[in-house]
Amino acid sequence: MRIFGYKPSLSAWIGILIIAIFLIIAIFADWIAPFPEEETVSATWDSPSADYLLGTDNIGRDMLSRLIFGARMTIGVALVTTILSFILGTVTGFLAAVGGQVIDQALSRLVDVMLSIPLLIFALIILSMFGSSIPTLIITIAVLDSTRVFRLSRAVAMNLVVMEYVEVARLRGEGLWWVMRREILPNALPPMISEFGLRFCFNFLFVAGLSFLGLGIQPPFADWGGMVRDNAKAISFGLPAPLWPAFAIAIMTVGVNLVVDWILSINSRPSGASAEM
Amino acid sequence: MTDTILKLDNLRVESLSGLVIVDNVSLELKRGEVLGLIGESGAGKSTIGLASMVYARAGCRITGGRVEIDGDSIRDLSADDRRKMRGQRIAYIAQSAAASFNPAHRLIDQVCEMPIEHGLMTAAEAKAWALELFRALDLPNPDTFGERYPHQVSGGQLQRAMAAMAMSCKPDILVLDEPTTALDVTTQIEVLALLKKLIRDYNMAALYITHDLAVVAQVADRIMVLRHGKMVELGATEQILLHPNQEYTAALVADRKASDKIAVEAPPEQAMPLLSVSSATGVYGTFKAVNNVTITVSRSETVAVVGESGSGKSSLARLIVGLLPRTAGDVKLNGKSLLSTLKGRDREDLRQIQLIYQQPDVALNPRQTIGEIIGRPVAFYFNRSPEEVKTRVAELLRQVGLPEDYAGRLSTALSGGQKQRVCIARALAAEPQIIICDEPTSALDQLVADDILKLLKRLQDDLGVGYLFITHDLGIVRRIAHRTAVMLRGEIIAQGPTAQIFSPPFHPYTENLLASVPEMRTDWLDEVLAKRSGAAA
Repeated sequence: MRIFGYKPSLSAWIGILIIAIFLIIAIFADWIAPFPEEETVSATWDSPSADYLLGTDNIGRDMLSRLIFGARMTIGVALVTTILSFILGTVTGFLAAVGGQVIDQALSRLVDVMLSIPLLIFALIILSMFGSSIPTLIITIAVLDSTRVFRLSRAVAMNLVVMEYVEVARLRGEGLWWVMRREILPNALPPMISEFGLRFCFNFLFVAGLSFLGLGIQPPFADWGGMVRDNAKAISFGLPAPLWPAFAIAIMTVGVNLVVDWILSINSRPSGASAEM
Repeated sequence: MTDTILKLDNLRVESLSGLVIVDNVSLELKRGEVLGLIGESGAGKSTIGLASMVYARAGCRITGGRVEIDGDSIRDLSADDRRKMRGQRIAYIAQSAAASFNPAHRLIDQVCEMPIEHGLMTAAEAKAWALELFRALDLPNPDTFGERYPHQVSGGQLQRAMAAMAMSCKPDILVLDEPTTALDVTTQIEVLALLKKLIRDYNMAALYITHDLAVVAQVADRIMVLRHGKMVELGATEQILLHPNQEYTAALVADRKASDKIAVEAPPEQAMPLLSVSSATGVYGTFKAVNNVTITVSRSETVAVVGESGSGKSSLARLIVGLLPRTAGDVKLNGKSLLSTLKGRDREDLRQIQLIYQQPDVALNPRQTIGEIIGRPVAFYFNRSPEEVKTRVAELLRQVGLPEDYAGRLSTALSGGQKQRVCIARALAAEPQIIICDEPTSALDQLVADDILKLLKRLQDDLGVGYLFITHDLGIVRRIAHRTAVMLRGEIIAQGPTAQIFSPPFHPYTENLLASVPEMRTDWLDEVLAKRSGAAA
């Protein structure tokens, strides 16, 4: 089987499988989960049993159901964030590369300022100022993350702008938007797609991290980072409760990275798209 | 006792997808002998050169045959022994010296690296030998030359430094892969002469890979003509040049000879030129890339601009289209003055002047289909409906001699010559009055380039378009240009009908340029050098 005309390696297949399973779980959470997301069904930190396959959490909710609903929330938020940050970062990055010195300097210096402030602290300040609703959370992370995307998309576009086909388009009298969309974007896609996978992982971990600090996704919604925090104390009683959501985070990160590695390897192959230019 | 130093026996190289790149080629090379490998790109010349070191590019595999150096089969060696053999016994000089040096290290360190690495010499010995090589290669200030970084020396010097690097382990065999192709004609002579001397002085054997028959005629004892990975003909240099046995060889030789005659005689009479550049100056910082240039192009006329690289030919083109703002003078199209910069010129002005580039590879967006590439100017300038665009694209493809069904293909699936045809079709799609051709054939093989020139000529006869033709190849100028301008350091130093420029009295620079174009005689190089040393003495 081929994907985008390339044959995935074994490790890529494992990654694809992991992502596919998590996506199915996230989409069909309502049907798959044995118990509702918020319902207390048993005692605190019950050990795994036939009824509660992974036991229960700190207030007696079914761990497996929480994990399943948590997949939806964690992956959903990370995905929306990454898409937003890519739209913002790519458009501004291309604009900086195509639009000339003044625009480039203005945008680049602004990004430098934002990059000089540690991400987590920046996010903590904004979230404690505006309160931690899901839209605020998504927009904050997206804006902060788009500075990283900006740097990549600008660098990639800088290399493409000097190509003669871009010059041809300019000599024809094409506008900035055409040049960005039709001449640069298609050629920038391969590195941008692999970066998308990586940024998705970062955002995913970032959301989990913020939730762990109590500023991410708020209860009663389940998310993996928050679940690790809520159940953290259990570890001192020798109970495995926080390990389940931590394990889910690890598996998802590994899965995405396996696929990203494969996409990156296509790019660096001599027969790859970028090598043909 | 045999003096055969390198022997390839039924060598076969295939790509990983099974395509045969080199098809059972055999050759023998004796000590002190230079064998020229000649053919179009894709003929397998470089692959043979690399295979003689038992090296295959990524994506290729040596699948059969024997490679022997001094009677030892080196295909059987372990990877480690093979690595030792490379550089020590057989060394490689690549086309682009600039890409072969590490920009972060001094030249001397890179030249000395190999003998020290192989344990052949101590650091001091290696350095002494490197300095001797620098001296033998006629590099300026040989004692301190090596202290420089690659970007601090000129292209010709870098190419010679690479020869020194290849020589550093005193190998028996040199593989020279188009060592002078990237150089100007005047520099090419020097490098050729030195390489020839080097091979003779150190009694080495060499494989000389090139697509230029006239160059190989100067250095090679025997020539092997290759096509599609197969040997076409092998013979002594004189025999190949004077009495080729095969039709393909004859075509190569005839094509090269055709460029010696002036084909275009009288420039057409014109009342008003289409394009007129008057006293135009353009600068990069403080450097005057174009200095006080006056030139005109009329309908159905081809005006050639010749000069070495760095003489400002391409900058002139950029000045005309508005990519290089002019600081003085005027550029008029049909009597109407054009704005100095691209920004603000209206579509009609932009449409009238089109550009064809040297590298069709980077002039076509690899992610767009040919139909999109050619169709866009039609839609953009003439506001046609998608169906009309489609019809026009088919018409344009026919005009440049490509099948209509190419419209659906990506440019990456095309050969260099086909890509250049697409570029021409794109330029024609705008229905321009002037096409500026910036070295449109120099990245192409001889026979393919010839077809492109014929196509340009035919289009001119049909459409009456005027060409400003930028090139460093005087052979092309003779064949197609009505008028010629010679550029040197941003200025036009001679201008007039081509026949006049190419006949005495010459401007001294033009004469030097003319004298540096290799001729299809085996004794040409020695003659030129003899003449020069005579003049110096």
